[in-house]
Amino acid sequence: MIALLGRDLRLAVRAGGGFGLGVAFFLILCALVPFGVGPDTAALQPIAAGILWLGALLACLLSLDRIFALDHEDGSLDLLATSPLPLEGAVAVKALAHWITTGLPLIVAAPLFGILLHLPPAAIPALLGSLLLGTPALSMLGAFGAAVTVGLRRGGLLLSLLVLPLYIPTLIFGTEMIRRGQEGGDMGPPLLFLAGITAGVLAVIPFAAAAALRVNLR
Amino acid sequence: MSIWEYANPVKFMRTSGAALPWVVAGAAVCTVTGLVWGFLTPEDYRQGSTVKIVFLHVPAAMMAINIWVMMLVASLIWLIRRHHVSALAAKAAAPIGAVMTLIGLITGAVWGQPMWGTWWEWDPRLTSFLILLLFYIGYIALWSAVEDPDSAADLTGVLCLVGSVFALLSRYAVFFWNQGLHQGASLSVQPGERMSAVYRYPLYLTMLGFGLLFLALLLIRTRTEIRRRRLAALQAREMRA
Amino acid sequence: MSLLAVHDLAVARGGLRTVEGVSFAIDAGQALILRGPNGIGKTTLLRTVAGLQPAVTGRIEMPEDAVAYAAHADGLKGALTVAENLGFWADVFGGGEVDQALTAMDLTPLADRPAAALSAGQKRRLGLARLVVSRRPLWILDEPTVSLDAASVMRFADMVRGHLAQGGAALIATHIDLGLDAQVLDLTPYRARATPAARPAGFNEAFA
Repeated sequence: MIALLGRDLRLAVRAGGGFGLGVAFFLILCALVPFGVGPDTAALQPIAAGILWLGALLACLLSLDRIFALDHEDGSLDLLATSPLPLEGAVAVKALAHWITTGLPLIVAAPLFGILLHLPPAAIPALLGSLLLGTPALSMLGAFGAAVTVGLRRGGLLLSLLVLPLYIPTLIFGTEMIRRGQEGGDMGPPLLFLAGITAGVLAVIPFAAAAALRVNLR
Repeated sequence: MSIWEYANPVKFMRTSGAALPWVVAGAAVCTVTGLVWGFLTPEDYRQGSTVKIVFLHVPAAMMAINIWVMMLVASLIWLIRRHHVSALAAKAAAPIGAVMTLIGLITGAVWGQPMWGTWWEWDPRLTSFLILLLFYIGYIALWSAVEDPDSAADLTGVLCLVGSVFALLSRYAVFFWNQGLHQGASLSVQPGERMSAVYRYPLYLTMLGFGLLFLALLLIRTRTEIRRRRLAALQAREMRA
Repeated sequence: MSLLAVHDLAVARGGLRTVEGVSFAIDAGQALILRGPNGIGKTTLLRTVAGLQPAVTGRIEMPEDAVAYAAHADGLKGALTVAENLGFWADVFGGGEVDQALTAMDLTPLADRPAAALSAGQKRRLGLARLVVSRRPLWILDEPTVSLDAASVMRFADMVRGHLAQGGAALIATHIDLGLDAQVLDLTPYRARATPAARPAGFNEAFA
C-alpha cells in the first residue's frame, strides 16, 4: 500500500499539475469573487467562509477523474485487482494520495486566501479545522464517484453530477463551523457532525467504491 | 407459490398485463374524484382558496419520497438476489419519482407565493426536496450513461444505496442549517395538529389515487423496459450468431 | 498436484455466454495454450480465471494469490523509469528481484529510461518482465507476443520455459507458435449454444 501511495505521489509530482493546479484554481476563484460582488469588507466578510469552502470543493472536483481513469486506461487497475492488495485498500490509498496532492495544499493556502476575502483572523483556526476535518471526506466521496464513472466516455460531467450532491452535508457543517468561529459561537456541534461524517465516509465508502470498480473491470 | 416467481419476466408480463387495466381504472377514479372533491371543499379561514393546492402538493411530495424508498428496495433485491425485473423496475420508477418531486416543488412555489410572499425560500423542507431532485437526476443520468445493462444495474444500485444515506443525511443537515417557514406535517397523528376532516378525507383519496397512478405508470414503464431488453437481447444474439 | 483446475466453466461477455462446458487442469511445470477464432471468448475466459469477472457457471480451483495476469495493456506509467515501474509492481506483489527481471527481458541498458520513451516492443517486454517480479506461480497471458520482434519472442519463450522449470505454470492465449512443449486447447467446440439457460448470464440472456 505504501508502494502505491509513493507511486501516485511521485506521478503527481512528475506529470505536473498534481500539487499546483488545484491551488491555482482556488486562487483564481478567490480573486474573481470580489469582481463579482464588489470589494467592500461588508460584502465579502459574510460570504468568505462559503466562498472558501466552495472553492475547496470545486478545486477538489477538478482532479477527481484522474484518480482511476489513468490507471484504467493503461491496465494498471486490472493488475492491481489481481494483486495481493485488497481493492478496498487500493481505493483508500488512492483517495489518500488525492487528498495529499489536492486537499493538503488547499488547507495550507486557505488562510492566505481567507485574508484576501477579509475573513477575520479570529475565524482562521475554525477555517483550518473545518477544512482539515472535511476535505478527507471530499476526496473519499470523489473516489467513489470516480470509481462509478471510470469506464465511461464523457464521465467527467456525470462525475460532478453524482458527487456534488454527496458533498452537501460536509459543505453545510464546514461553513457553519467557520461562521460560528467568526461570531465566537459554539463550534462543538458542527465540528462533531463534520468529524462524524468524515469518519463514517472513510469507514464505509471504500467498500462501495471497490464494488463499483469491480463492476467496471469485468 | 413465492413472490420471487414474479422475477421471471414472462410471469411478470402475464400478471402485470392482467392487472394493468384495473390499476389504471382505480388510479383514474381515485385521483379524479379526490381532486374534484377537494376543489369543492370550503375555503380555509386563514389560507383562503390556496389551501386546495394541498390535494396535489401533499400526494406528490409523499410519492416523491416513497418512490425513492421503492427504488432502494428494488436495488437491494437486484444486488442481493439478482432478479433482473427488479433492476428494471427501479430504473422505470426513477423518472416518475423525479416528476413527482418536481410537481411537489412547483405546487409548493405556487402555494408559497401568496402565503409567504415569495416563490422560493431556502426552507429546510423545500431545500431537501431540491436535493432529492438532484439525486434523482444523478441516478437517471447514470442509468443512461452506462451502456452495458448489467453494469448499469449494478452501478445504479450502489449509487442508490449511497445516495439514500446521503439524502437522509442532507435532510438533517439542512434542518440544522436553516429553520424554516414551512408548516409541520399536514397529517400528524397528534390531535389538535391535524387538519379538519373536511380536507382530510379528499386528501386521503388523492393520496391513494397518486399511489395507484404511480403503480400504473410503473407497470407500464417496466413492461416497456422488459420489451426493450428483449429486443436488445434478440439483436445481440443475432449479431453473435 | 495441479495449480489450476477448471470444471465445466461457462463465461459471458456483454451478457451472453461465449464458451461453456470448458474443463482443463494445469499442473506445476506445465503450460496450456488456448486457441480459437477471434470473438470465441479467449480473453473473457482468461479474465474470468484471473478473477476479474465472475464465472456464469462452473468452478475454478487454484491456490490463493497464485495468478499473475498480463493482457494487452501493460500497466506502465510513462513518467516513471523502467526500473521504477518494475520496482513498484515488485513491492505490490511482495518483492521480487528487479535486476533479474530486467536481465530476463534484456532491459538492463534501458533501466533508467522513462517508460514513455520506450518503443511499443520495449514496453511490451517491460510488461512481461513484471511477471518475473510478481513471483506468482500461475501466469495468465493474453496475446503476450504482440509487437515483439522475433528475437524478443525467443527470449520470452525462454523466460516462460525457465518459469515452468521452476515449478510454475502458464495459461496462454496466442496465435503464434512459441516453441513451448505445451498442451493446446482449441475453444471452438465449446462455443456456447443459443439455448435458454437455467441461470442467465446477464440481461441479454434473461430476456431472450
